[in-house]
Amino acid sequence: MLLAIDTSAGTSVAVVDLARGVIAEHSTDDTMRHAEVVGRLIADCLTDAAVPISGLSAVVGGMGPGPFTGLRVGIAAARVFALGAGVPFMPVVSHDALAFGRYQAGHSGPLVVVTDARRREVNWSVYSGADAAGLPIRVDGPGVARPAVLQEPDWEHARVPRFDAVAVSAGELGLVAELMWAHRHPFAADEALYLRSPDVTLSNGPKRVS
Amino acid sequence: MKTRNDTTDLTTTDLPTTTLNRVDPLVLGIETSCDETGIGIVRGTTLLSNTIASSMDEHARYGGVVPEVAARAHLEELVPAIRAATLEAGIRLEEIDAVAVTCGPGLAGALMVGVGAAKALAISLGKPIYAVNHLVGHVGADVLRLGADDTTEALEYPTIALLVSGGHTSLLLVRDLVSDVELLGETIDDAAGEAFDKVARLLGLPYPGGPQIDRAALDGDPTAIRFPRGLSQTKDMAKHRYDFSFSGLKTSVARWVEQKRDADEPVPLADVAASFREAVVDILLTKAVAACVDHGVPRLLLGGGVIANARLRQVAQERTDAAGIALRVPPLSLCTDNGAMIAALGAQLIMAGHAPSSLEFGADSTLPVSDIQV
Ligand SMILES: [Zn+2]
Repeated sequence: MLLAIDTSAGTSVAVVDLARGVIAEHSTDDTMRHAEVVGRLIADCLTDAAVPISGLSAVVGGMGPGPFTGLRVGIAAARVFALGAGVPFMPVVSHDALAFGRYQAGHSGPLVVVTDARRREVNWSVYSGADAAGLPIRVDGPGVARPAVLQEPDWEHARVPRFDAVAVSAGELGLVAELMWAHRHPFAADEALYLRSPDVTLSNGPKRVS
Repeated sequence: MKTRNDTTDLTTTDLPTTTLNRVDPLVLGIETSCDETGIGIVRGTTLLSNTIASSMDEHARYGGVVPEVAARAHLEELVPAIRAATLEAGIRLEEIDAVAVTCGPGLAGALMVGVGAAKALAISLGKPIYAVNHLVGHVGADVLRLGADDTTEALEYPTIALLVSGGHTSLLLVRDLVSDVELLGETIDDAAGEAFDKVARLLGLPYPGGPQIDRAALDGDPTAIRFPRGLSQTKDMAKHRYDFSFSGLKTSVARWVEQKRDADEPVPLADVAASFREAVVDILLTKAVAACVDHGVPRLLLGGGVIANARLRQVAQERTDAAGIALRVPPLSLCTDNGAMIAALGAQLIMAGHAPSSLEFGADSTLPVSDIQV
């Protein structure tokens, strides 16, 4: 059984299992209160799933892409929960969970997944389809762009069907991790997908005051 | 995927309180309010580890703490710092009795990383969590003892506390560490540490400014230039008796230096640095001693990173000696932001019988000092 946590959009927590699917999932779409809600959502999932901490074999963290202030809360919680429980941490790209959900719902073939990146930009990832295990095959991204760029006819993936998501499901994130584990797919890099540098302007020295 | 075969773990997701060790609790503290990722482990009042990972070097090129850079660093440093702290303390995570965490005041994005991590740690261990105030944590640092042979007497209450860093400059009246802390005054613009950074920059010295100004001031005359003491005139004293302002001081140093440069005269760096530092130290201690006298409290505790400034400690000793006030300065490693002081405050709350925090608290960048626990 896995505990999965994603704060790349709202906050979503789930307990999943390869055989039983999503056992418990608690989420909120609120994009401002990740630190407030993450603890209660974890506790409620574990209670609902009636799973002791020792019953977990790993903790899955959604690495984004996503607006950074919230994204970090879930990654910090997932990494530290794994440390406390003495189990491995499994990083997964959050967009992969969205694509997985679409393919599970019946979509086939190429797909562009788009989420809000704030500051009038969006995050995007492109998939060619699902593999035999049901895992989405990411062929481009994740990237960050102004929304208009994705609508320009000369954008490489302009004709690919597009899915705009406002929430990422930790249940789907966890199932992606279970399938990756079962089929020996390599996990994502253990780094937050901010996709933007911290915006700092280097000043040119002190300004005059007189 | 297989699960671990661990039959000894009876953890439930409700954070237990009934069996909490309230005699000498083993507490892990997490501090991420500014640019230090601090993990501390204490047993009652005994310090077992004070592990600090600082992102200061990353901020040096920007001349000050960049909140987003600090928050990113916290995310990367947390797990290694927790591992290092448990190793140094010689404990296993499962042994701790409670988790304590700074929930404010501080940089919101930075605080959120620590809050999220602390909740996850508490739940994963099945232990209660205490969300505590960063400023009161600085006062709590004073209860820590380095071992059985550290026989420093316990701090008496009430005490005045002067907390000075790059993030805050506050004057507190502490009647009781875990139940009664009152804000007497605070900076209305820059923190004292920020003033050091800004003046260092205009003198062409690198970040962080405190040690740089100290070095430059070594051969300087602190009375060479009379820089203004903010909020110290009679007209300010009614409303801002215990408040601080350093922005006007910084501007007046800048103007003084510009006039010299405009006149093609050399800038006496040592004298400017010494005179500026003297103004800051004078403002801080004049107000702190006044607070002691006004409230009839013959005790002053110092805390915060700026306490590393030797001149500040020297003048503090002189002024408190002259006024018959007992001066307390915790070890410098416990004055700068750290997780041990947060663990220490958590342990004090536990030993005083306080209930744990609920899981719903958030990061509050402007948490009032009277909210000792959230
Ligand atoms: Zn501080």
